[in-house]
Amino acid sequence: MKQFLLTLAVAALYILHQDFWFWREARPLVLGFLPIGLFYHLIYTLAVVALMWLLVKFAWPSHLETESAASNSPSGGSQ
Amino acid sequence: MIPALFVFAYLIAVLYIGIFAFRRKSGEHPAEDYFLANRSLGNFVFLMSLFGTNMTAFAILGSSGHAFSNGIVTYGLMASSSALVVPLSLFLIGTRVWALGKRFGFMTPVQLFRDRWECSHIGTVITVVQTALLLPYIIIGVMGGGTTLYAISGGRVPFWLGGAVVALVVMSYVFFGGMRGTAWVNTFQTTLFLIFGAIALAVIGAGMGGFGKAMNELLASPTTSSLLTREKISPLFFFSYTFIPLSSINFPHMIIFCLTAERVQHFKKTVILYPVCMLAIWLPAVFLGVTANRATEVPAIQAKLEARQTLATQSATLSPEQKNQLRAKSAGDDVLLRLLEAYAPLWLAGLLGAGIMAAVMASDSQILALSTMFTEDIFAFYEGKERFGEKAQVLVGRLFVVGLTLIAYFIALKFPQPIFDLAVSYAFSGYSALMPLMVAALFWKRSTKWGALASTLWAAGAVIAVAVFQSVVATPKVILSIGGWEVLARTPGGTSVFGLLPVVPMTIVSAILMIVVSLMTAKPSEKAVSRYFAQ
Repeated sequence: MKQFLLTLAVAALYILHQDFWFWREARPLVLGFLPIGLFYHLIYTLAVVALMWLLVKFAWPSHLETESAASNSPSGGSQ
Repeated sequence: MIPALFVFAYLIAVLYIGIFAFRRKSGEHPAEDYFLANRSLGNFVFLMSLFGTNMTAFAILGSSGHAFSNGIVTYGLMASSSALVVPLSLFLIGTRVWALGKRFGFMTPVQLFRDRWECSHIGTVITVVQTALLLPYIIIGVMGGGTTLYAISGGRVPFWLGGAVVALVVMSYVFFGGMRGTAWVNTFQTTLFLIFGAIALAVIGAGMGGFGKAMNELLASPTTSSLLTREKISPLFFFSYTFIPLSSINFPHMIIFCLTAERVQHFKKTVILYPVCMLAIWLPAVFLGVTANRATEVPAIQAKLEARQTLATQSATLSPEQKNQLRAKSAGDDVLLRLLEAYAPLWLAGLLGAGIMAAVMASDSQILALSTMFTEDIFAFYEGKERFGEKAQVLVGRLFVVGLTLIAYFIALKFPQPIFDLAVSYAFSGYSALMPLMVAALFWKRSTKWGALASTLWAAGAVIAVAVFQSVVATPKVILSIGGWEVLARTPGGTSVFGLLPVVPMTIVSAILMIVVSLMTAKPSEKAVSRYFAQ
């Protein structure tokens, strides 16, 4: 369930990137100088930060650290 | 000239950090130490250097130049989409590649592919394609260096000399310092740029009489009001740009950087803070690029605006050559530097110029990545290491750094194309089209080496086709349309396929080829699959 919700959140943010609703709008100028389209993407970037925090908190692949410690035949590296 | 002196002082500092500051005696694995800093980078250095290595002249000069011509859309096109896709790729792919590198000793992505799909010469083909695609990226660094020093010195340091100085500095610390030197230089540069980006914004804003005033003036003028919206770009085109950041994790220097982290935990802060760094660097660059359109009192910027106006109003009467000249004249790759020159006090312009230089000089890790690939995927793979030893391998890597830098420099002198076009047309799209390789190698048991080969050849062929198409067909021209819908067109910005950037069909076809060809060819051995997937 947790994984499903996080996947959904990623998909939602990907879709929200296409903010066609502010396409031809410059006003309002947020704080007197930021066109609304640019302000939207500023907030969008901060929302991405929150999503990344959630991914790290709830879906971190911690098994990788232990797996990497398990030695295997070294056919990689400098072959 | 004073700002140029600051930049030269900065270059000396970079040389010191790269060569001497964090030098350690080489251990029993000189190759791993030189090429991967012994897989020992800590939290802070990993974040800053990984971010720094992904920031190029394109990110700062190209983005402000693009914003100067196209407006605020630049941020959404390139920054906020990357802010989502890049950390997500680090989270899903970077961590897994790190673990495999630690487990099997991989130093390049092709070593992973060779082992995963039990292939040899197909791996060589992938190395060649990756190398060819990365070269333009390195050229951008040299071009950015030349452009920056030329602008900062008020034209006293010519483009060829500026490019040569930057190439020489980068080559020196990569040659001597390897990955450790490169990582620390990147950390220093990223820190510097993050600090100076904010200062530049404040100083230029004050110099222009406040951003509110500049924005209202831009809005009031019918020729510039569209820059504060996204009406110059179609939503389809905007959507297709979200495919470009897929390239990031497939660039060899990025994936090799993922192998340098000491622990997988170090990815955590990088994944969370990467979008913050994007915001801190791109927002000021884009914003300043847009506001440069009101800096009509700056002669160099006024000349650009006049060239753009001529192009817009007299296009029908101009010859293709005149149009190209005007396009070059109106290009905004140096607007940020022109703003600094006009609005910042001399000493501060110098410091800020050094900050910009920091972003421009990101070609170091690309050069090192190609050197790593050459020595590991070609030299060591074809038994050079067995015959001559590991120390000889490192020496070959260092000589490769010298040769590659010289080649990149001479190409940079030959092709004075705007930074942005060069990057997007070739390297970025090609690496996005290689995404299915990495995804299939890590997540799809049934993928085969033949599927990987098909995807790689497709990516290479498509990049060549786009490059040839853009150089042969004059702009703008619709080549094929069905029922009034443009299928293939040459646009002023490049090529359009169904109204999308070529990167979209390139990546989708690459994925289809990976799936179809893999399913049509023999399954990979159980032994190989079991090394990568739990049964």
